[in-house]
Amino acid sequence: MSAPPRTHPRFQPKPAEPGRPELVRSRRLSGSAFAVLVAGLVLGVALSTVLAVSLGPVHVPFDVTAGIIAHHIAPDVTGPVGTPVQNQIVWDLRLPRAVLALLVGAGLALVGTVLQAVVRNPLADPYLLGVSGGAAFGAVAVLVLGSAAVGGLSLSAAAFAGGLVATTVVYLLAQRRGRVTPTRLILAGVAVAYLFQAGYSFLLITAPNPQGLQGVLFWLLGSLATVRWDGLAVPGAVLAVGSVLLLVEARPLNALLTGDDSAVSLGIDVQRLRIRLVMVTSLLTGVMVASSGAIAFVGLIVPHFVRLLVGAEHRRVLPAALLTGAVFLQLVDTLARTVRPPVELPLSIVTAAVGVPFFLWLLRRQDRTGEASAA
Amino acid sequence: MRLDVDGVSVAIGSAAILDGADLCVEHGQFVALVGPNGCGKSTLLRTIYRALRPAAGTVFLDERDVWRMSARESARRTAVVAQEHHADFDFTVREVVLLGRIPHKRPFDRDCPADVRLTAWTLDRVGMTGFGDRAFATLSGGEKQRVLVARALAQESPLFLLDEPTNHLDIRYQIETMELIKGLKVTTLAALHDLNLAAQYCDRVHVMRAGRIVADGPPGDVLTSELIEAVFGVRAERMTNPATGRLHLAFSPAPAAVVVQEVVPRSRRPRRETM
Repeated sequence: MSAPPRTHPRFQPKPAEPGRPELVRSRRLSGSAFAVLVAGLVLGVALSTVLAVSLGPVHVPFDVTAGIIAHHIAPDVTGPVGTPVQNQIVWDLRLPRAVLALLVGAGLALVGTVLQAVVRNPLADPYLLGVSGGAAFGAVAVLVLGSAAVGGLSLSAAAFAGGLVATTVVYLLAQRRGRVTPTRLILAGVAVAYLFQAGYSFLLITAPNPQGLQGVLFWLLGSLATVRWDGLAVPGAVLAVGSVLLLVEARPLNALLTGDDSAVSLGIDVQRLRIRLVMVTSLLTGVMVASSGAIAFVGLIVPHFVRLLVGAEHRRVLPAALLTGAVFLQLVDTLARTVRPPVELPLSIVTAAVGVPFFLWLLRRQDRTGEASAA
Repeated sequence: MRLDVDGVSVAIGSAAILDGADLCVEHGQFVALVGPNGCGKSTLLRTIYRALRPAAGTVFLDERDVWRMSARESARRTAVVAQEHHADFDFTVREVVLLGRIPHKRPFDRDCPADVRLTAWTLDRVGMTGFGDRAFATLSGGEKQRVLVARALAQESPLFLLDEPTNHLDIRYQIETMELIKGLKVTTLAALHDLNLAAQYCDRVHVMRAGRIVADGPPGDVLTSELIEAVFGVRAERMTNPATGRLHLAFSPAPAAVVVQEVVPRSRRPRRETM
């Protein structure tokens, strides 16, 4: 015999509750707060750059640095400031490096943001498509075997070519009849990265001239040390064109986050979009890696940090990530130069030291609030 | 908007998922697509909204082949409400609804005041007034489904495709969602698991089995005990729901001796046949 059915005495059927819009509002910035954030980031780009340029073995005061930069940019408006030596240090020696830091930081953060949406995976970073492994292989080949062995290419040209070859291989492995799925892209990227890593490790181990190893190691972990003004033209132009091409895809990227079928139903040609994005991001990453080595974590962490502030909407995330990446790498490079002078730390050491604790904090925070990651 | 699916076939490897499926949805109708798991309901819907190109056959929207349109053109004619989004992103409700405007936007177009008004109106329409700034991820399953219906409304497409819109929802949200969609009076084709929901809310029902449409018509005529036993392999007792006056089905296991019979598909109708 089963017990007679009963209603629990404390169960009181109650009328349906109306919505409670005031309970869980999004932590999102309003439109005007977003404008303030962007203005703050632009100011941050300027201030961090002046700071970076003023610090070094010869300290140039902050206001003198700002004055020298202003005079060079607009000689009609502002008068000459500082000594000729200070001018040379600021304008010829340090500013190119600072500008490269901005370009590379902006480019890596932008590419990381886009690739995380392309594969809908929060762990994606700019090196997902094997660019860093391929570029490192090209660079190591030049450093170990000499330029003649790779057809007379310069170090950055060989790095760029290596990145391009690796990405092409990844793409060919990942696509089947013109369709590229996120899983295949990730798997192909990981596999190809390991292959090229094995390749340059082999070159390093069997290298006839071990004195080059220090330089190789430094390059693998990222450095902005050697740049001059004429070395900025290519990264600058590629970043300018690449960021325009990615910013126009902000709405399609939003759609892509909701899934391939959902994006199709919103009028997105998903396969073409994904191929376009893979091409633009590969080019950007290849150029950035060729000019500064493989700087880790920037393209992984900055997008997450920015989404925490502005949500997942790409029309906000993309410009905010671009600016945040620029400021972040500027500060990282400044730290790398000044923390243990005269030794310069490879940038990946600093980005990891700063980035990993932040990342762990982010994960714990999400556990506590019980919210899913904004992939 | 009139939808005609004409002899659509899809094969994955050597297995036929759809085998010459035909169906038609007239302007203003609310049509259900029912059938056992794996019979091809979702696949058929995906060929209609261009997520999957059929190996043979054609999908017409008002006599235009959807596969001859651009993705944008097709999205302005067909909006999709799929099962509750499995992935949660940090979008606000308003941002999710604004996704529906994508097929109407060119690169660099901003959200205009008309978009903002439309967003507010669609949220009113689905009973989510004032939820615009809420984080989508914090909503209940039923609320999420309402927001996705609002997104489809913001898309201003004359045809709605629903893929199991009531899956994972408790009974109250199932009925709420169906009432909401019925009340929109938009031409709708909905893949449904629940035959009673189909019987209660839909003007017509198409029954699928093994990649083919095996019966179609008003629910009361089509959902006979014999057909349900043949297609789903269960016994169904037909009765009238005293509250709604609509057909209600009570299910029980089929007798062990009964082997599921093969249902012969109806002969192909000419595409222009009126119903």
